[in-house]
Amino acid sequence: MEQGNVSALSSPLPRSLTAYVGRGLFRFLLTLQGLVAFALITLGVMISRFGAARQVIRPLVFHEVSRAGLRLLPMFLFMSMALGLVVIGQTVSWLKVVGAINFLGTVMVVVVVRELGPLVAALLVLARIGTANVIELGTARAMGEVEALEALGIDPVHYLVVPRVIGMALGVFALTVYLIIGALLSGYLWAFLQDVPLRPGEYFRQLANALSGLDFALLAVKTLAFGFIIALVTCYHGLAQPLRLEQVSGATVAAVAQSVVACVLIDALFILVYLVT
Amino acid sequence: MPPLPAPAGPPAIVMTGVAVSAQREPDTTVASGINWTVNAGDYWVVAGPHGSGKSDFLMLTAELTAPRQGQYLFFGETMPIFDEARLKERLRLGLVFEDGHLLNHLTVAENVALPLRYHYNLDRSEAEAAVGELLAGTELTPWAKSTPGALGRSWQKRVGLARALALRPEVLLVDNPLGGLDPQHMRWWLGFLDRLAKGHNLMQGRPVTLVITTADFQPWKGQARQWAVLRNGGFEVLGPGAQP
Repeated sequence: MEQGNVSALSSPLPRSLTAYVGRGLFRFLLTLQGLVAFALITLGVMISRFGAARQVIRPLVFHEVSRAGLRLLPMFLFMSMALGLVVIGQTVSWLKVVGAINFLGTVMVVVVVRELGPLVAALLVLARIGTANVIELGTARAMGEVEALEALGIDPVHYLVVPRVIGMALGVFALTVYLIIGALLSGYLWAFLQDVPLRPGEYFRQLANALSGLDFALLAVKTLAFGFIIALVTCYHGLAQPLRLEQVSGATVAAVAQSVVACVLIDALFILVYLVT
Repeated sequence: MPPLPAPAGPPAIVMTGVAVSAQREPDTTVASGINWTVNAGDYWVVAGPHGSGKSDFLMLTAELTAPRQGQYLFFGETMPIFDEARLKERLRLGLVFEDGHLLNHLTVAENVALPLRYHYNLDRSEAEAAVGELLAGTELTPWAKSTPGALGRSWQKRVGLARALALRPEVLLVDNPLGGLDPQHMRWWLGFLDRLAKGHNLMQGRPVTLVITTADFQPWKGQARQWAVLRNGGFEVLGPGAQP
């Protein structure tokens, strides 16, 4: 039914702006409905099948944690150096010009810990692993592997989606922590190379003063949410609808765009939380 | 071949007024008005020309799709069974896909082990003996560590068969097993399915109820005991002991 509606929506260009907006809105609502249903199904399976087939599912979870976490560490160390240079190196030099070097810690916490760190980590994991998810699952679906699992009495959501959701949520969280630590350390290194009169003790004291318990809690919740939503959106596009091989690339593009939008919306939600508290 | 005596208990499969929808286009009916009873120990061959809906019919029989109309009972249980509580009933049925439909990221041994490990929560070593037996029985041992992509289509079909037998089903559905095979592989399949129907060592000597789909009755003459045809959107049982 849903597929029929979507195919009707992808017919030639609409004749008027109203039709264009209406079609876009309708398509958005259909996708949102599908995503929410898929998220609820996944959560239901995670709860109802918790601990089931542990000998099969646990290695898959470890594999996904490794794939969406450990194996990306070299790239994230490089990115943390770059982030330190771009954000902290530049910020420090400008704060020095205007004589506001005492605000460095606050700026770093707001920019790197609260905003850029989690978002950059999520987008990098999306680019490296989220896209692979859609292609793997879309191909598996097109090649009949999902039907094979169902025929064997194996729940495809339990076998294919749950490990990815857990692995990606933990992966984004862990990588964000490494990215932030790397960026803060390399930022000081870049500042040091620019002869900024700031001792390491003073720099870390500023950081510690700017950080609160809420920052740690929200960082954990936000990054887990990023990983969860990226895994859900990419698995949804790979699995939830019957795909032919030629449709996999289109599904990948849609999944990336929707994941980016979802992450930015979640980020905006957390900004509101910060503003309220 | 004379029919085996019917065992006690409900028939394996009872379809009453069932209509089958196309798997790719669920709004399209490919066959309707199906009234069919399969008793335990039967050996059915269901034939039909290309595009007659044989695979869709088998997907419905395997409970992967629901009937558009009518009632389907499997050992007295209303089908399809999707709920967890009745999973045990569902696993009395095995399905071999025409193209194997193997999991391409797993090796041959891992594909065969998967249903055992998943349903009995076994680690690799615990499933090893049973998997080795299945691979030996289907002559797949040399390819145990290969991935499906490294195998020819004929061998992929056998992996699909070994995987379907892993849970020792009572009813086995096989979609067009002889399609695209050379004579040597065809002989092997006919011989193996015959042994399954009579009671194979892999199944601990218990006869397996077989439902085979095919485009050509010819190779199955002298093998199967019951016959049916899917054509023109209908399903016709050819009668007890009758051969096409």
